[in-house]
Order: sequence, then structure tokens, then C-alpha cells
Amino acid sequence: MTAPTKAKAVPRAELKGDLAVLKEKFGDAVQPAEYEGVVIANDVLLEAARFIRDELGYRYLSSLTAVDYIQEGYFEVVYHAYRLEGGGPLVFKARTPRDVATVPSLVSVWPGADFQEREAWDLMGIRFAGHPNLKRILLWEGFHGHPLRKDWKEPYYEEEHKPFSSRWPSGHHIRAEDRVFWHDNVQYPLDWDPDQVEDTSDELLYIGMGQFARAETGELVEPKSLRTERLVVNMGPQHPSTHGVFRMVVTLDGETIVRLEPVMGYLHRNHEKIGERNMYLQNMPYTDRLDYICSMSNNLGYAIAVEKLLGIRPPERAEYLRVIMAEFTRIVNHLWAIGFLLNDLGAFFTPALYAIEERELILDLFEEAAGSRMMCNYMRFGGVAHDVSDDWIARAKELVYNRLPRAIEELDRYLTHNELIKARCQGVGVLPPDLAVAYSTAGPVLRASGIPYDVRRAEPYSIYDRFDFDVAVRYNGDVYDRYLIRIDEMWQSLRILRQALDQIPKGEIQAGKKQYMIRVPAGQAYGRVENPKGELGFYIVSDGSPNPYRYHIRAPSFINLTALNEMCKGHKVADVVVILGSIDIVLGEVDR
Amino acid sequence: MDELRDLNTMPVPSELSNNVFVTTIDRFVSYIYNWGRKRSVWPMMFGLACCAIEMICAAASRFDIARFGSELMRPSPRQADLMIVSGTVTKKMVPQIVRLYNQMPEPKYVISMGACATGGGPFKEGYNVVSGIDKFIPVDVYVPGCPPRPEALLQGLLKLYEKIERQSVRAVPWYQRGESEAIPVPILGPDLIDPRRLPEIRARLAELRARQGSSSESSS
Repeated sequence: MTAPTKAKAVPRAELKGDLAVLKEKFGDAVQPAEYEGVVIANDVLLEAARFIRDELGYRYLSSLTAVDYIQEGYFEVVYHAYRLEGGGPLVFKARTPRDVATVPSLVSVWPGADFQEREAWDLMGIRFAGHPNLKRILLWEGFHGHPLRKDWKEPYYEEEHKPFSSRWPSGHHIRAEDRVFWHDNVQYPLDWDPDQVEDTSDELLYIGMGQFARAETGELVEPKSLRTERLVVNMGPQHPSTHGVFRMVVTLDGETIVRLEPVMGYLHRNHEKIGERNMYLQNMPYTDRLDYICSMSNNLGYAIAVEKLLGIRPPERAEYLRVIMAEFTRIVNHLWAIGFLLNDLGAFFTPALYAIEERELILDLFEEAAGSRMMCNYMRFGGVAHDVSDDWIARAKELVYNRLPRAIEELDRYLTHNELIKARCQGVGVLPPDLAVAYSTAGPVLRASGIPYDVRRAEPYSIYDRFDFDVAVRYNGDVYDRYLIRIDEMWQSLRILRQALDQIPKGEIQAGKKQYMIRVPAGQAYGRVENPKGELGFYIVSDGSPNPYRYHIRAPSFINLTALNEMCKGHKVADVVVILGSIDIVLGEVDR
Repeated sequence: MDELRDLNTMPVPSELSNNVFVTTIDRFVSYIYNWGRKRSVWPMMFGLACCAIEMICAAASRFDIARFGSELMRPSPRQADLMIVSGTVTKKMVPQIVRLYNQMPEPKYVISMGACATGGGPFKEGYNVVSGIDKFIPVDVYVPGCPPRPEALLQGLLKLYEKIERQSVRAVPWYQRGESEAIPVPILGPDLIDPRRLPEIRARLAELRARQGSSSESSS
């Protein structure tokens, strides 16, 4: 297909290295894209994807997302694939006219594309031909429209971009409910008949889950006529073990799990749509609320993505502060995760209480540095918001050198060799390494399966290349190893923290002046960091205005859930709770 | 009951005034009843978003909600007295929240924790976000903050105590005749549908259609 010519001259990506190999292999079907990567024609996309995975060795599909280029009249699906040995991404894109909106599905090449393609269908309305289960994922079946399309407007739509003229500078305020036609945050299509309201999404789901089993002829067989012991059990969205508003629909054969389907979107807060209305800096506090246990490292990921576009680096002291905050966050998260894994095992709240105790001390440090315990909003583009005092450093050292090692050792001593924990965790929820890579899992889940992939080492960001630490790796890929790896990682974080706290220099904390409205040059950037839960990526497309044109979040918890079905098969219901706990999800990030 | 209440106006002999405590049955019973009840408000173990983390912290050792008798978080709504709506209420979730609220036995209370549950908060403009849980269920205490600190939640709980203290056994709705009405569960259609608002939605839809029709006629 032909892309309409752009008015502005946009730099095309240079085809070198693997992109050149790709071009050589597929000829005219591969064209250089704007800014980075190549555009692959849809008819060879599958073949090219296999070539990229098998021949070029980019086995890990990190991110898949879609961008709506409404001016140019097409959707673009952007893929970022990585080599497990480390290094930069291979970016390739597929395009489809807006009225066609169909792209071949890559689930057969990378099963990890499953949820991400469903998300792109849900929010952008791009059909993925050949996807085995192309349903809405964050919204519900029947929702009117695809919200991330540029011509779709939310009910409270005010203006295309912030700052909205109604709010500032005159300062008066009109309630959004009073302003809009429906007097509420809703909108209904003209052709909708309010007398026929019924919610069928659950039935559709249960049909898919085999309550109405599909006979071998392909027909749906009613449960009455089929003598089966299968049972569909619904867990969540209000369930104490689901770590939030997460729902799993489980098909059971007796007590054994045959199939599990995660249902999410109960906390879909529209980060991406709001993020595209916001100015760049306004998104920073929103990133806090993604993975709300690790606000500091979310900030870091977003700051790094935007700094890539801006082409700036923060001063030394700010880099150190960032690393210190990010590693403290990792300890916070892993303490929390282990505490709640034990909760899921039935050790109700006692271990969690001990884990939270240390977390509070770290949150005190965050509060002093950033002003808030949980939603830190601490990083800025080219620096951090506030400096810390010498006393802060001293207290952080006290924690790092004395208190935290004791706490981790205590957890380790009481839990690691605990008979019950071993019995419940070892050999449960095994994810073999090849599947862990295929499902695009990240973070502790990937590393517990024997793949030593850590973005801090694979593609070092900030100043991680200066520190001496090991990438923790375990080889069994079960719940127990996912628990152990978190203990290992806390020790490594302590190592990094010791070095960082000892080496931190004096000096500036912000490159240049603090700016409220940042002009980001036009371009595309994918910034990723190793968050405690896995690889957190931000894909940002800038058109040169003060607001991002596209703001996509590659959420590790969300993509790690793709493998949940695989891990749970053949286990009992009680194990599902533990397996889910071992993935360590946070719903703010899953649903965004 | 009314005769008993008249006791209030009877003069108390001066030699007894320090020894006698005059009250009504209603006030006396309400006092004992509320005193007992307010100190064992069991919240539902129900977390929605970021605020739920602070709710857990409030229950943990440092802030220790057990000091106020509310440490017993019940996973089932049928055993809970208090629903802490801790986080962003989305359209996809609100049918479940209303259902849970309906399942709670009376007396039941609701704390709206944080900016999102109170009015949509930073996510108000989102297309999947409900602008405050009070559009669907009655809220007793609003706790501001994003997220509120655990102390703020405890303060909210104390405010709830004050509210419970002032309730009269005679006046509370759950001792009146008849059953209390369940709140109609919202439906997910093309957008969130509040069944109570259906007549209004119909009228507005008709208005919109008429407007659309006239504008297309005038343009053609």
C-alpha cells in the first residue's frame, strides 16, 4: 500500500545492520520508516516476523502498540523486538488504511503478542487477522467506539490538549457534569435503543470458556446434552486473593484447571487517552499511579523516554538520586510481593506485616525527598524535583547497611526453608524458558525461568553501567524460584544502593532550567527500564507540540499475565492464587 | 414510649440530682447500641486501586486500625459493616460495587476514600471512569487525598464513629417497617447505563435525534 506523502520532510530511518539484512531479504516489501525502523508490507509480515525471530535472533517481542496517524489516513502497528543477549531494539511497523484497519496477527510467532493485540483492537479498533481470541480486553464487549482513535472523543471532552482554556488563568471552574449534554460521564450512540439493555459479555465469555462446549464438528453444544464434569468457576473481580480488581474465569475438570482466562479492565483508568491530552510534564504524576507500589521507577521510565526525545541527560547527582530511588523501590516492591505471596499461601498477614514494616521506613525517605509517601512524582525531565540532605543520605545508609539486610535475612531465614512453603511452591506453576520468552514475560518471572535478561544489563540506562551487581537468575521457573529471585534481587539492590550512596557527588540536580511546558522535538522514542515487576516501556510519539501525540505504556504486569493460562494448566484452584501471587501484578498497571 | 419520654420533663429532687441520670429509653438504648457498634465496624476486604495500598498500610502495624476495632476485614460483603471504596471507580467495576453494596446487611456504611472515589479525581476526564461513587451508592464519609495517608483514613473512621454516635435506634431506616430498597445495578451497554436514569436517557436521546434530524434537513 502507499502511504500518503507528508507535508513536512521527516527523516527516514537509515537501513543498516539487521534492518539492511531485512531489506535485502524482502526487497520492496520493506521500506524505511520515519525516524526509526522499517515498515513491512502486510502480506509478508508473518514471514518477516519469523525471519526476525529465527534468523536475526530477536526472540523477545517487547512491545506491540498502534498509533493512529489520522492526517495521513492510516494506522501504524509498531513492534519492538529485542535480542536476549542484549542490545537495542529492532523496530518494525505495519500499516493499514483507517477504513480497512486489519493487520496480520503475530500471535503464532510471538504468543506474547496476544493481549497486546487485543488491547490494540479494543482501544484502537485494529483487527488482527488470525488472532485466536480477538475480544475486547480492557473495555467490555459492546462499548461504543475505540477510544484511542484520534477522532473519538470522551464524554467530558473539552479541548484537544491541555492546559484547557476554561481552567486557567481565570481560575473559574465549571463542573464537567453541568457542561456536557448527558450530565454525566456517558455518551450513547444515536442508533441505540435504550429499551434493549442487556449485558451479554459474561455469556460470551462463558461460551468461550467451554461451559457451552464446542463439539468436534465445531458446533456449540448446550451443556444439557453434553455429559461433562467441566465446571466454569469465576474468581473476582472482588476476591481477596486477586490483588485488586482482577478476575479469572477458570474451567475445571474436577478440581484441575483446564483453562484459565484472565478478565481485566476493572481498573482501566484511561492513562493513554488522558496522557495524550496532557502536556509532557503533566503525565509524570499519572505514571505514579500505574504501578502504585513503585511510583519512583515509573517516573524514571517516563523521564528516560522523554529525555531520549529531548536528547538531554540529567546531571550526575540527579542520576545517582534516580538510581537510589529506583533501587529502594525495588526493595519496597519485593518486600510487598513476598509478604502478599505468603498471604496467598494462607499465612494470613503475619509475614506481610513484617514485610510492610521495612517498607514504611523506605517510604519515610521517599516522603522526605519527594513530599509524598506513595505517589512521589519525583523525577523531572533532565533531573529530579528536589535535592536530599546529608542527613537523608545518612539515614538511607543506616537502612541499607544495617536494617534492610537484617530484615531480608529474617524473611529468608523464616520463609525460604519453610516446609509448607516448599511443599506449596516447588514445582507449581512452572514456566519453561522458551515459553517465558515466547510469552514476552519480563522481570522476575522471566529470570526465574532461567533467562538472565535484565534491562539494566541488556541495554543499560541511566548510570547502571557503573555499578557492580549480578543479574539474579534461577532455573526452575516455578513459584518457589520466583520467590527466591525476589530475595536475590533485593540483595543485588542493596549492593547497588551501597555503591550509589557512597559515590553520590554533590552538585546540580536539574539540567538547565525547570520547565513547565516542554517542547519536545518531533520523533518517536521507546524508553524502557527494569521495573521491579519487569520491563516497563513508554512509547512516545511526538509531533513537536507540547503534548505527546501517542503515549503508550508497555506494562510488565499486563504482559506477564499472558502466560498465566500456561502456568496454571493442570494445577488446582488453590494453586492459581499462589501462581498469580508469584507473578506479582498490580492492577493499576495491568489495566492502566 | 411517649410516656417514657415524658420522664424527661419530671423534676428531679435536689438531693438526688447528683445520683440520678435521667434519659429516655431511646437515648439510653441508642447510646449503648451505638457505643458497642461503632467500636467494631468491620470493613469489607475490598480494594480498588492505589488507595487500597494505603488502606492495607492503615491495617498494618504502624498505623494499626485495630486500635479502633476495625481490623477484621471481611472478604464477604455479608459479614461487613463498612465498605471503604478505596480507589478509582470504573464503569466496568461499578455494577459489581453496587451489587456488593446491596449484599451487605444493614446497618451499613460507606467511606469514599480518596479523590477518585469521591469525584473521579485525576482520572475524572477518562472515558471509563465514574465521577464519584456517590452517583450510585450513598456515602457517609469522604476522605480527601490522592491517596489519603493512613492517618486520614483513620480520621475518616473517627468521623464515621461520630455519625454512628448520633444515630437514634428509633429513626434509623433499618428498624423501620418494610424492606429497604436495593439499588438498581448499573448495566454495561454502549456506555454505562444507570437504570434509574433510563427515562432521562430516553428523553435526551430523542432530543439528540431530533436535533440531528433538523440539522441534516437544513444542511440538505
